[in-house]
Amino acid sequence: MIVYTFSFYLFSTIAVLSALMVISSKNSVHSVLFLILSFVNAAGLFVLLGAEFLAMILLVVYVGAVAVLFLFVVMMLDINYIKLREGFLQYLPFGVLLGIVLIVELGIAFFTETFSEMSLVEYAQMPEITITENTKLLGFVLYTKYFYLFQISGIILLVAMIGSITLTLRQREISKKQIISDQNNVDASKAIIKKKIKLREGI
Amino acid sequence: MIKLIVFLPLLGFLYCAFVGSYFHDRVSQLITTFLLTISTFLSWIIFLQYLEGANTTIIHILNWITSGTFSADWSLRVDALTATMMVVVTTVSACVHLYSVGYMNEDKSINRFMGYLSLFTFFMLMLVSSNNLLQMFFGWEGVGLSSYLLIGFWHHKDSANKAAIKAFILNRVGDFGFVLGIVGVFFIFGSINFDIIFTDAINYQNHAFNFLGLSLSTIDTLCFLLFIGAMGKSAQLGLHTWLPDAMEGPTPVSALIHAATMVTAGIFMVARMSPLFQYAEFTNLFIIFIGASTAIFAASIALTQNDIKRVIAYSTCSQLGYMFFAAGLGAYNAAIFHLMTHGFFKALLFLSAGSVIQAMKHEQDMRKMGGLFIKIPFTGTMMWIGSLAIIGFPFFSGYYSKESILENAYFSTSGMAQYAYVVGVFTALLTAFYSWRLLLMTFHGKPRATEETFNQVHESPKVMTISLAILAIGTIFSGSILADFFIGPKQEVFWNHAVVLIHTTQHNIPFVQTLTIKSTVAAGILLAAMLYFYKKGLTKSLSRNFQLLYSISYNKWYVDELYNSIFVQPFFYIASIFWKKGDIYIIDEYGPNGISKLINYFSKRLSLFQSGYLYHYAFVMLGGLVIILTWFVYY
Amino acid sequence: MTSITIDHFLFLGAILFTIGVLGIFLNKKNVIIILMSVELILLAVNINFIAFSSFLGDISGQVFAMFTLTVAAAEAAIGLAILVVFFRNLGSIEVEKIRKLKG
Repeated sequence: MIVYTFSFYLFSTIAVLSALMVISSKNSVHSVLFLILSFVNAAGLFVLLGAEFLAMILLVVYVGAVAVLFLFVVMMLDINYIKLREGFLQYLPFGVLLGIVLIVELGIAFFTETFSEMSLVEYAQMPEITITENTKLLGFVLYTKYFYLFQISGIILLVAMIGSITLTLRQREISKKQIISDQNNVDASKAIIKKKIKLREGI
Repeated sequence: MIKLIVFLPLLGFLYCAFVGSYFHDRVSQLITTFLLTISTFLSWIIFLQYLEGANTTIIHILNWITSGTFSADWSLRVDALTATMMVVVTTVSACVHLYSVGYMNEDKSINRFMGYLSLFTFFMLMLVSSNNLLQMFFGWEGVGLSSYLLIGFWHHKDSANKAAIKAFILNRVGDFGFVLGIVGVFFIFGSINFDIIFTDAINYQNHAFNFLGLSLSTIDTLCFLLFIGAMGKSAQLGLHTWLPDAMEGPTPVSALIHAATMVTAGIFMVARMSPLFQYAEFTNLFIIFIGASTAIFAASIALTQNDIKRVIAYSTCSQLGYMFFAAGLGAYNAAIFHLMTHGFFKALLFLSAGSVIQAMKHEQDMRKMGGLFIKIPFTGTMMWIGSLAIIGFPFFSGYYSKESILENAYFSTSGMAQYAYVVGVFTALLTAFYSWRLLLMTFHGKPRATEETFNQVHESPKVMTISLAILAIGTIFSGSILADFFIGPKQEVFWNHAVVLIHTTQHNIPFVQTLTIKSTVAAGILLAAMLYFYKKGLTKSLSRNFQLLYSISYNKWYVDELYNSIFVQPFFYIASIFWKKGDIYIIDEYGPNGISKLINYFSKRLSLFQSGYLYHYAFVMLGGLVIILTWFVYY
Repeated sequence: MTSITIDHFLFLGAILFTIGVLGIFLNKKNVIIILMSVELILLAVNINFIAFSSFLGDISGQVFAMFTLTVAAAEAAIGLAILVVFFRNLGSIEVEKIRKLKG
């Protein structure tokens, strides 16, 4: 029990702190790395909740693909470190105030008696750790009850892929390639033309 | 049949207004003239019925307004008075239509002209055949409108536009009194229907009301207000300034509107309301005074005018004065009789003048005419006939009506009537003088026009001369034939309670007076002949010696200038203040202009919200979210 | 405080969400930070879902979280593609420069 509590607090603290660093770090690469740290801790939290499949998926997809993609782009776009301007402090007080207000309200929503009493469902006191593995449970539901959603999410990914390619593709006019069809359709009779050229004059 | 009489001209107008411009002008001329001729025949048939003593008929057409206790319908009331008026209106109008076919032949907007003429006739017929005050007012306003349209017919002429506005405004001033009268009538009698008013009038004979501490007789005040309207419409002294300027319109217009019909609407109204007017003592005295004064005033101006149409216009004004003071005396039948005969001979005079003008290639100044009798004898004869009628030459129609009016004045007992009688006789002298002046200057003596103008003077086309001939017949014979019915022994049968008749015993005025009248008239003619035919140089020396009198007469007693300084200039000044300060500065600045400036200002401010920075937008979104959340938490 | 109830997880989600939202408009550096903040927001939401799924015993929370993951990945890919094209056209990815929507 105590391990549970301790690990919860550990993971959540690091997650929050690294999130803060994401938005306030000067170096963009650092920001991405802190994001990755945040994801990892979240994965840890997922494990604590008994959703280990999703935790791993988080690591594989988010960290392994999305965050790395971020890193690629950050590297690719030549971001000048020196030119980064300071404008941060301008909105800081008001923004932080707004943030605090938001958190406090959400906290009120969660921690006060009224809302707990108004809830329609019964919450368990402890996270349930089931006997059947998380993966199996998901598999039971995903391919039967939520089959259409599953397929549609596949299509969404397809569309995203096509979308990105379409957006960023540009024709490269620098390299000369052969167009085979044109080569095959050359007319032999017009390949060479005779011209009479006078002396000392060009074409 | 009555409905046909009234509505056929309307049909003519509608044709011209909507369809006429698509067809040839000749078609609209034909249609309108033809429709009016039918109206004329029908109205003569009706008139003959009434000569034998028919009863008053009321034809109900439509319900118009019913609001509380106030109800007004569209209905036609036909009695002897209506029949007389209809005959006058339609005959003169038909002649004018026919005449215009020739006179306006080279004009650009023939269709519009014929349409307006028919419209005017329709309104006038509505006026005379109305059964309640509101319908009469409808006709009243309508003829005012048509007069405006027709005076300003040549709207490219600035002077015509101004004259039209002047006529309309002065009419309006009169109408104000008229409307007050109508409202008063409704207030007192509870209805504006003629039958109800007339039968009820006797009950209010001595009714009085309190106004500013004075106790005024009700009927007197009502009649006074109604008479103000008549003054405006019939160009009596005070509201007369529009009539000479109205000569800016084409001559047929002057003949129709300002000689025979519209200006007589005032007399008609007084005669129609005679059951009311008979009890209004003070107003009657006022009417006599105004009428007589107008007669002499207008005649005095006509003495020195040089424009041929203006002389005839002032002559009209003067004769209207005669009619009014006859009405004031209570001799409504004499007034209407004079109205009828005057309609004929004045229209004849105007149309002949138009003929002369056209022959002289639109020259209207008499100083440039002269000796035209040889060239245009027919027109000259017509003019002679008209002039003989107007001075009251025996056997011509004017004789009977004028004599009757002067008779009534002589035998009436009030002092005002005596004043009127003297004025009337003197005005007869003046009338003779200026009529003969006109004749002599235009037709006789040596020609003062240029050689080429004089040589091309020719008689007008048949279309115009036929109308002159018809009117001449009316001028000569209407008096002698119809005198018995109007003012003679058969008057009871004819009028049949259409107007109130004075029950005087038929006596003729003493021979001395008749002689006086005739001799004054002869004196006038002789004077004119002397000045304009024999000794021409005398006019110049006379005008120099009597410089003051001459200039007063020539400048229309400076009434126009007086009105200009008293009314027009101050109004312009006040209006310009309202325009510049009130309208432009206050209303515009705070109204439309102000609002648009405000909108401009705010939109500039608002557009700053669209900064283009994404994080601004996200920030605002967050703020909104927080607000919503707060609201939810506390509710 | 010793037993971890659902409220703890939810509160954690709230904090991460707030940080993500703040990240969107507090940064003046570059646009990639915005995309990363969006990822943080999605993460917070996922934590919420999994927490509910665990404490309610219903597996659909996790299913939904998985789909969210999918969509988030797709959206990140497209977002980055747009960013790349934008960089090509504009030459820089500073937030100050991106005000084409200015009215």
